[in-house]
Amino acid sequence: MKNAIRISCSRHNLKVVRDFVSAYLATYGLSDLQLNQIILAVDEVVANLIIHANHEDESQFLDLRLSVEQQVFEIEIQDDSKSSYQPSLYKEPDLQEHIRIGKKGGVGMTLVNRIMDRVEFVTIGSHNVCRLYKRIV
Amino acid sequence: MKINQQTTENTLTLSLDGELDASSSVLLDSELTKPEVLDYKKVLIDCQRLNYISSAGLGVFISHLQRFQDAGVKLVFFNMQEKVHNVFEILGLDALMTIVPSEADATAL
Repeated sequence: MKNAIRISCSRHNLKVVRDFVSAYLATYGLSDLQLNQIILAVDEVVANLIIHANHEDESQFLDLRLSVEQQVFEIEIQDDSKSSYQPSLYKEPDLQEHIRIGKKGGVGMTLVNRIMDRVEFVTIGSHNVCRLYKRIV
Repeated sequence: MKINQQTTENTLTLSLDGELDASSSVLLDSELTKPEVLDYKKVLIDCQRLNYISSAGLGVFISHLQRFQDAGVKLVFFNMQEKVHNVFEILGLDALMTIVPSEADATAL
């Protein structure tokens, strides 16, 4: 099963990424709920990288690599955007306030943090790496 | 993502078909932004064929909820698949939005 893919930074490629993750995990017998959660977490990070970090510049690319070792799913996502995500700036959203002011965004990383067991962002020079881990049962 | 519409005098029903992500949610947002949506007493969202929702889709509903409430329009979801409902639950949105099992339940509200 293919475990790596490169996509350009277009939001139309989000479906490509979801199908890629779904196909890779098809043989692991996950429940619909867990499979959907993992796909969602990956989709959220990739959407952020495409839209916010790379400003939907289709000349820029994301490299994704999947693995499962000792029942832990890992995805590594790499890009070369200038603006890297700073997890230390993360704040839990107040949903009632979001509703009150009609805020459209700001809950994607909450989903990622609540779904995945571990979330890492590292920057090496101009190279950004995000790794997500989830024990699968 | 396809959005089919049905209307009665008081109710607008939007049936969502497909996947609601950062790409397709733009279409839903433009539908809910139309001023005439506020002419109805209820906007029902039929989720039977909604196979996937991401934060972008949730964000569209979050961003319109207060506007609907201020105009006296009820927003009600029905026929939601378990995996989609689970996404609302992870954020606690199931407690802030009206989600009912069936169209009959939605109509009865």
